[in-house]
Order: sequence, then C-alpha cells, then structure tokens
Amino acid sequence: MRARTKFILGASLVVVTVGYLMASGIKDTGVYFLTPTELAEKVEADPSLRDVGVKLGARVVHGSISRDVATQTIMFQVTDGQQTYPVIYRGLAPDTFTDDVDVVVEGRLGPDGTFQATTLLAKCGARYEAVPSA
Amino acid sequence: MTILGELALWVAMLLATWGTVVGFLGGRTRRPALIRSAQRTTYALCAVLIVSSIGLLTALVRHDFNVQYVASYTSRNLPMVYTIAAFWGGQAGSLLFWALVLSVFAALAQWVTPRRHNHLLPYVAATTSFIVLFFVVVTLFAANPFERLAFTPMDGRGLNPQLQNPGMVVHPPMLYLGYISISIPFAFAVAALFTRRLDTGWLHAIRRWTVVSWLFLSIGITLGMWWAYVELGWGGYWAWDPVENASFLPWLTMTAFLHSVMIQEKRGMLKKWNIVLVLVSFLLSIFGTFLTRSGIISSVHSFTQSAVGTYFGGFLIVIALGVGILLWTRLPDLEAEAQLESMVSREASFLFNNLLLVGIAFSILWGTLFPIISELVRGTQVTVGPPFFNQVNIPIGLALLALTGVGPLIAWRKASVRNLQRQFAMPVAAGLATGAILLALGFGDFYAGMAISLAAFVLTTITQEFVRGIGARHRLHREQYLTAFFRLVGRNRRRYGGYVVHVGIVIYFVAFAGMAFKTEMEASLKPGETTRLRSPFGHTYSFTHLGVSQYRDLNRVVSAATVEVTSDRGGRVGVIKSEKRQHIDSFGRASFEPSTEAGIHSGLREDIYVVYAGSVAGTEEAVYRFTLNPLVWWVWFGGVVLVAGGVVVMWPGGGPTRASLRRAMPGYAATLVGKPDQVGAGTPA
Repeated sequence: MRARTKFILGASLVVVTVGYLMASGIKDTGVYFLTPTELAEKVEADPSLRDVGVKLGARVVHGSISRDVATQTIMFQVTDGQQTYPVIYRGLAPDTFTDDVDVVVEGRLGPDGTFQATTLLAKCGARYEAVPSA
Repeated sequence: MTILGELALWVAMLLATWGTVVGFLGGRTRRPALIRSAQRTTYALCAVLIVSSIGLLTALVRHDFNVQYVASYTSRNLPMVYTIAAFWGGQAGSLLFWALVLSVFAALAQWVTPRRHNHLLPYVAATTSFIVLFFVVVTLFAANPFERLAFTPMDGRGLNPQLQNPGMVVHPPMLYLGYISISIPFAFAVAALFTRRLDTGWLHAIRRWTVVSWLFLSIGITLGMWWAYVELGWGGYWAWDPVENASFLPWLTMTAFLHSVMIQEKRGMLKKWNIVLVLVSFLLSIFGTFLTRSGIISSVHSFTQSAVGTYFGGFLIVIALGVGILLWTRLPDLEAEAQLESMVSREASFLFNNLLLVGIAFSILWGTLFPIISELVRGTQVTVGPPFFNQVNIPIGLALLALTGVGPLIAWRKASVRNLQRQFAMPVAAGLATGAILLALGFGDFYAGMAISLAAFVLTTITQEFVRGIGARHRLHREQYLTAFFRLVGRNRRRYGGYVVHVGIVIYFVAFAGMAFKTEMEASLKPGETTRLRSPFGHTYSFTHLGVSQYRDLNRVVSAATVEVTSDRGGRVGVIKSEKRQHIDSFGRASFEPSTEAGIHSGLREDIYVVYAGSVAGTEEAVYRFTLNPLVWWVWFGGVVLVAGGVVVMWPGGGPTRASLRRAMPGYAATLVGKPDQVGAGTPA
C-alpha cells in the first residue's frame, strides 16, 4: 500500500474519531436552552422533560430575591414577560446577581413547578461598562 | 486634543483608502512612484493614528468627562494605571487601539522586511491599509471614542472593578497584539497569491511574524487564564466560555502552521494547506472579535451589543469571499513538489499533528456555535458546556501530546528501524515506567495518569536531544559542557527553542491534569470556628475564621474576612483574606455591583483558594467557599517556559548563515528534494 493511501486511511480514522467524540459529546452533555415560555410549552407537550436537565434564560423579577445565608439558599423568580417560574438555588451567587439582571439557571423543573437550579450564571449586560446610573 | 484626535481619524480614513488603492495598483503596474507612495502611506497612517491615540489618552488622563468614553470608563478616584488602561477597556477605545497597533505593525513590516521580498510589499501595504481602513471606519461610524456628551458630568462612572486588576492591564493588549500581528502573515499570504510568487520566499518573510503573533496569543491567553483565576472567583482558570474559545481558535491554527510550514520548507509539500492555515487564522481572529461584540452568542464576557458586530460580520464575509476567490484562481500554482513517502516519517507525524490541532479547533468552533446551529436546524437552542469540550478535547489533546514527543525525533522521509530504536527506546521506557508507578500507587484518574505518563515520555525525548547534542559538541569541539549547551542552542535556535516551548506545553498538560483533583467545600463559620478539608495530596487543612473587618480604601468600601490556615503536616500555613468590595465614586455613592476578591495562597503542590461569599445578617458569621486547586502554579510556570522558548526561537542577531540564505532562495527546496542523497536522515529542523 502506498504511503499516501495509508495516510488517507489514518486521516479518515482521525476525522471519524473526532466526529464520533463530538457527536457523542453533544448527545451526552447537550442541554436545552429555553425561555420560560418555551419551557412551559415543552413541559406541556412532554411531561418527561421534568426529569431532564435544562438551561433557563430569563430575567430576575424585581424584588423577588430572598436569601437564607445560614443554609446558603437563594429563592427568586425569573420571567420573560409572559411566563414566570420560581427558582430555588443552593450555593454562592455570582457578584453580578441582583434584581432585573439576565440570568441563566441550569437544573430541573420540579413537580411543584419550582425550578431547582444547580448552577446560576448572571449575565452582566455590559460587562465592561458601569451600571447606568439610575 | 479630542478634536485633533478625531480629525486624525478622518485623515487616517483617507490615507488608508489611498494606501489600499495605490498599493494594489503599485503591485500590478510595478511603477516605482506608486510603490513608494504605498510604502510612505503606511508610515503616515501610523503617524496619524498615534496622534489620534494621544488625543484619546489626553482626554482620559485629564478627566475630560464631556467625552462620553472618558465618562463611561473612568472616574476621578480611579488609579492612573487603570485610567490609561481604559484606553483599551471599552469598545470604542479598543477599536482605536487595534487600528493603532495594526498600523505600527504594517509600518514595521514595510521597514524591516529584507529587500529580496520587495515584490510582495506593495500588496502587503494594500492589504494592511485595507484592514486599518475597516477599523478606522468602524471607530468613526459605529463606536467613536471622541463622541461628546451634551453636558459635562461631575465625575465618570468608573472602570468595572473586575477590570481593576494588574492582569487586566496587560491581558487585553497582549491578546490584541496576538490577534493583530496575524494580519501581517495574512497580508504576505495575500501578496504571494496576487503575485503568484508562491515559493518559500513569502514564508521566510513572515517567519518571525508568525512566531511573534503565536507568542503574543500564548501570553494573552495565559494572562487571561490568570485574570479569570484571581478575579472571577469561581476557582478555575478556563471555563470554555465563547470568548476564551475565540482566543484559543487562532492559537490552534497558528500552532498547526508553525509545524506544517517546516514540511513545506524541507519538502515542498502542503503549500495549499499552509496558505489556508494563515488565511483561516486571520479570519478566526476577526471571527472571535465578531463573536464577542455582536451578541450572537451569549457569554459572560460580552461587550455591549451594538452595530459594531454587524460591521465585523460584513467584513468577515467580504474577506472570506475575497481570499477564497483569490486562492481558487491560484490553486494550479500551489502543487506539491514531493509526495509522502512513508507513514513512519516526520512528515506524517506533522500531518497528524496538524489534523489533531485543526480537529480540536473545529470541535471548539462547533461547540461554541452549537446554540445557533441547533436553533437553525431544530428550532430549539441546545447548549454544550465544559463537559462537552473536555470529553472531546482531552483524548485529542493527549494524542497531540504523544506526537509532541514523536515529531521532532523521527527522521524525515522514512524512518529506519535503527532510527526508531535509537530515538525512542529510552523515552518509551520512561513513559511506561511512570505509568506503572502511577498504577502501583493507585492513581485514580485515567486521563490524568495518561497525561503524566506521556509527559514523562516527551520530557525524556527532549532531555535526550539536549544530552546528545551537548555530548557531540563536547567530543568534536572539546568544549566545556556549559559552553557546549549555549552554542548548541545558539546555533540551532529554532530547533532547541522549539524544544523549550514543548517543555512549556508539557508543563501545561501536567498542570491541567492536576485540576482533575480539585476539591472544594462551602462552610458558614462564626468567629473562632474551624472547618477541615482534605487535600488530594493526603494532608488535611484546617480553616479557622478570624473575623470580618470593614474599612474604606482608595475607591471602594471593603469587607474583608480572614481565615487562619493550618495543615496537619507542616503546621501553620498562614492567614488568607478574601474581600467583598463595593466600589464608590468620588461622592461616596455605590458605582458598581459589589465584587469579590478571592484570597489565594499559592504553592508548588496546590493553591488554597478562599472566597468570602457574605455574612449572615449583619453578624461576623461568614459564608466561605474553600477550594484546593492542585498544580495551578505550574500553569503560570509553563507559560513562562513557553515564552522563554519562543524568545529563543525568534531572538535576533546571529545572522543567517550562507547555507540558510541559499536555502531561502526560491527553487532551492525543489532542487534539494530532487537529490535525496543530500538530505540525511534526522536532519535538524
């Protein structure tokens, strides 16, 4: 067999392996990224989605944050204007987490309709800029 | 000064337009007057952009808050170093900074490029002027740093506290320098395509530039990791965030290029591939900027959404189409002069190295864009996070690490069995022995164990190279070992500097493997209370909460929580302080969300990383997160080694030897390949 043919075989093997790693990686670790409205629709269509982890991107409802520092639990509500979900998160919140910021929470929608978050990311809309003076 | 600054920008726009046109025409017609004019235009462009930048810097330093940019990013109580750093801290200023640095590089390229590449220079001037033109236009029409407010605020809003960090003063400019310096190899590639002078000449002209831009990218990325680690407080240095990925992509393709270019120089192969790598690296650097400024991908690092993203998107399409068509018409000029002869050869190992690097780049691009792709295809966004990137890239990365050991030692063309035995017997034994020891010790993590064993393999190959090289000089020239070492490195800078870079990469890999053993806990402690955390190295740390103090500092109000740390082996470690900072303006009003300053005690084995998350309802009971990060120090050390190696590779002076000059002449590679007897096995790279 010529070296060129061998190389093409080897290269195809590499490409197939990388492709396989990527496909399986997405299958194993990909999660839905939904707005509250989309989450409500999806759960209605397929209740088993409650058992699957999803990411929820929404805005924190003004004044809804309550913290219990002793148990390090944070409760708040998120909304996209149409659908609102209460969220419960145990852990340390990022510095940027406050009223009216966009957050991404990852977790599951519990049977009681509360979103149980395992991670909480707060997007500072303008990371490199100051908060507009109110 | 801002009026002058803005005026200079308008002049820059005219000059850049002129430079583009005249450079292109000069290249076509070869008329000396046009060529001279193009060259002078790049110098003039550099001069006016310096004037424009001085205009902005003056406004910043003088606290001219009537200028919107100054009011948005600085304040009276901001330390001077950050006031100056605000030049590149915001959207508009960073674009001006980009144009400035690019014009400096473009002028340097015209000035330092040896005369034998003169035929390329007009097109290089045209290309660089065109890119500068783009940045100047965006600065003028989409994000003008000289824009004035209708009123003059008493004070500015100040710089985001997370940017008030020494790392952030140097990290963005380093990364920008890396991104921007890719423009020069890109311009030479375009020039080579236009002139159809596609022999190795243009590769020699850009050799230093590619190493420079690769070095700056490496420094920029590593500093970014350091900044994220000390400033963001989540206890790690790499999160596979879109912005981090965007900076990593051109680094990967440039790394691939630095290797594959050697095959073209030695064997006249891979001409298309090399030119595509340079073009793609530039496109990726623009793409990264597009990604972070357009808001199409949500990232914690994003700039404000604005029209700037649209400009970058348009520019990306124009450039991609333009160079795509240009390349298409030149394909016949890019035929290989030789063929791959054996799978057991340096060529083959470099080819696989390239495939793996590009594979990593592709998977990262895919993962980063997957939310968009999935939304287009299925209508729902699906995101992938760090688990995806780790799952895909750890195996590929390990294969790449193995090739790091193989590539430099295996013979060109076709390795003989003797060559393989001579080069790899010791290293393979060292790798296997390390693996066996780790197994015997009951080492827990498969990938981390693989990384460490492969690291032993690669380090042995490199040590063997140095030992043999020094030994040979010692025998042949009767040199002292130390003299032999310096002469060895000095006379083969590219080869031995490359080895040092590889050592740096190996250190990175081992340090990354350490993160598999990251340990953390959260605890709420009253003053005097203690909690314990077991280190992956076997000992146990005790953290005793000493109390919370509040004080005013410079431009912020600080709550600092302090813990005393002791180890059950070795006693007292020290006191670690973590802060919550509320930044204030000169009237004492809160200016930003509070920010956290992690307390870090760094050691060779592990870092103790303490985050103070807040106090319980006004008492001194504090909530902490304690993290033990193994081997983090080695990431920074690996960075230093890598930079040292890069500096050796590109150290000026010494001068090219006659032989290397002859090799640089067009057509020489072809002659060389035609006479295989002149290419001995194991020819130094």
